[in-house]
Amino acid sequence: MSDRLRVNKTYKLYVGGKFPRSESGRSYPVSSPDATVLANAAMASRKDARDAVAAARKAQRPWAGQTAYLRGQILYRAAEMLEGRAGQFAEEVAEATGAEPHEALGTVEAAIDRLVHYAGWTDKYASVLGGANPVAGPYFNHTKPEPLGVVAVVAPQDDPFLGLVEALAPAIATGNTVVVLASESKPLPALSFGEVLATSDLPGGVVNLLSGKVAEVAPHLASHADVNGLDLGGVGDAALAAELEAAAAGTLKVVRRPGRAGASLDLLRQWTEYKTVWHPAGMAAAAGGAY
Amino acid sequence: MFEYAPAPESVRPQIKEHYGLFIDGEFVDGQADFKSVDPSTEESLFTVAEAGEADVAKAVAAARRAHETVWGPMSGAERGKYLFRIARLLQERAREFAVAESLDNGKPIKETRDFDVPTAAQHFFYHAGWADKLAYAGLGPDPRPLGVVGQVIPWNFPLLMLAWKIAPALACGNTVVLKPAETTPLTALMFAELCQEADLPPGVVNILPGAGATGAALVDAAVDKVAFTGSTAVGRAIAKAVAGSKKKVTLELGGKAANIVFDDAAIDQAVEGIVNGIFFNQGHVCCAGSRLLVQESVAGEVLERLKARVATLRVGDPLDKNTDIGAINSAEQLERITALAKAGEEEGADAWQPACDLPERGFWFRPTVFTGVQQSMRIAQEEIFGPVLSVLTFRTPDEAIAKANNTPYGLSAGVWTEKGSKILWAAERLRAGVVWANTFNQFDAASPFGGLKESGYGREGGRQGLEAYLDV
Repeated sequence: MSDRLRVNKTYKLYVGGKFPRSESGRSYPVSSPDATVLANAAMASRKDARDAVAAARKAQRPWAGQTAYLRGQILYRAAEMLEGRAGQFAEEVAEATGAEPHEALGTVEAAIDRLVHYAGWTDKYASVLGGANPVAGPYFNHTKPEPLGVVAVVAPQDDPFLGLVEALAPAIATGNTVVVLASESKPLPALSFGEVLATSDLPGGVVNLLSGKVAEVAPHLASHADVNGLDLGGVGDAALAAELEAAAAGTLKVVRRPGRAGASLDLLRQWTEYKTVWHPAGMAAAAGGAY
Repeated sequence: MFEYAPAPESVRPQIKEHYGLFIDGEFVDGQADFKSVDPSTEESLFTVAEAGEADVAKAVAAARRAHETVWGPMSGAERGKYLFRIARLLQERAREFAVAESLDNGKPIKETRDFDVPTAAQHFFYHAGWADKLAYAGLGPDPRPLGVVGQVIPWNFPLLMLAWKIAPALACGNTVVLKPAETTPLTALMFAELCQEADLPPGVVNILPGAGATGAALVDAAVDKVAFTGSTAVGRAIAKAVAGSKKKVTLELGGKAANIVFDDAAIDQAVEGIVNGIFFNQGHVCCAGSRLLVQESVAGEVLERLKARVATLRVGDPLDKNTDIGAINSAEQLERITALAKAGEEEGADAWQPACDLPERGFWFRPTVFTGVQQSMRIAQEEIFGPVLSVLTFRTPDEAIAKANNTPYGLSAGVWTEKGSKILWAAERLRAGVVWANTFNQFDAASPFGGLKESGYGREGGRQGLEAYLDV
């Protein structure tokens, strides 16, 4: 062991492609299950949540406008970056959860494989979920899934890394942008993931990562008028989940309730909406209607 | 212009003096009775029982029993045969249903005859075929039904909305309790009789007439899923009410659709589409093209031809086959339309109406075109749900898209241009669940319908519509 002083990392938020501290200036200590203090994490405020939503909104249209092939390559690039740093993430997961090192490495490897899986979905889900509709008239009629827009995710509390990746990958694969509230007590692997995303050609604002108190930040995301979807997967408290769902009803957000896993196609479907386009396919039908 | 002699519809349906609640295959009494009125004459058509909380509980229990003992265990192929049978009976009795719908709703017979009833029958026929093919719907190898579904539908397309709700629910193996709108229960109750005629097992379909309180009780009852079509305000209340429960919900809510006419559109066709978009069904359509966005360089020409065309529309007796625009569905709705039109004038927009005679009795509103409309005006923001068109102009395609999307709603949109690439460009950018290009107000059982943003979530029709009624 050298006597060199270790350079500790400051864990910050990841918003709009940058790594800011909380505008509130607050932070909170993060410990391992055996009560060793690991680091301080920024404690996001309402303003941070709003800034993150603004960054996500700004990034959404361009991200959805990229080709599906490019979105796939960027997700695959994130997997490549993560593979190179798997050891670091395994260590952070092990410290956060108390898991054995090989188990922690297993969850990181699983997360890498999930990214690869969704990288392969970007240019396929639309043809699986959408299609041509044989309507009873001379019309070309076509349905395809489109991203909802901005999705706010409360990430799983006890599965701080794999759970996070599984929640955000299907949302961004389809062209949504996300604001993710990391595991409250185990946010460090999530915050490090921002570094992977920032070096994967993922445009700033597509994924925004916040750490802080679920009960404080989630209500602002649930009621924010510019959020289109709300993933309550990481809300353990049933009463809080019900409150957040009720708040989301104000602007009729699509809500994913806690406690239900799904196949990857179901998760892709969760954060998309179908758009159907009609066009006359014959001269006589051009005007349509009864008049 | 030609003068038309009156051409009244001659088939008269057998309307009973009184209808009960339809629970567990039988008509029973409710907690109170209310009247249903012919909006074109203000005369009472019949009385109908109103379902209270206890009736709702009874109907849900009957639906639960039917789901567990008959409808759930039944093979998809057999379920499908019941739905085919219903589709056939609806076709056989199409004229009777069309006339009844026109009487109770006020919409022209031309529309009930050529659109509402045949499309409702198609919906049953289409979904009948899904019942034994759900494994091929792309929703897993053996998708299961949800159980008992509570459904609340609006008054603008009473029978068609019933079909949109009941056909997919039953095809997927659910049983239903449906509340028709307070002002238009007739065809739902005639449908209940048709279920008896089809020997549909008791409890599979239950029909509970009533007002808002009955709907709220149904949402709160022990159902597994709530499906609602109606206003955004009620949709919000339902989304709140089911929060924290296991109930699934789909909502088809309001709209303020933009109908965009570019300078390279075929103008005559566009004018027909504008007229169809806003005056179909008296404008009582959630996806109505109520905001006309017309490119400045052709605005004068489009408006001139539009007014000439609107002046030929015939407003009057819903049972006259020549009628284009029938009665407004209720005094309450007429009041709302009148108030919003007044707000439009007060805020400085210019109203234009054709000179046409309106019947002395009943609820009527002349087709109205507002020009000089600003985006901030109430008539550009709020859903009027009546024959009132707000005209705005734009200069560039980007401006058209920005204005079209400047609404909390996202149900439908129209695009008129002869340039294919421009259609696809616009369709990609419009935030709406349905985009009609060089057409408007087209519906089909095979085509998913529904909105985004505050127009709700979930789709009805097509393969995608099945998601709403399966446990996926």
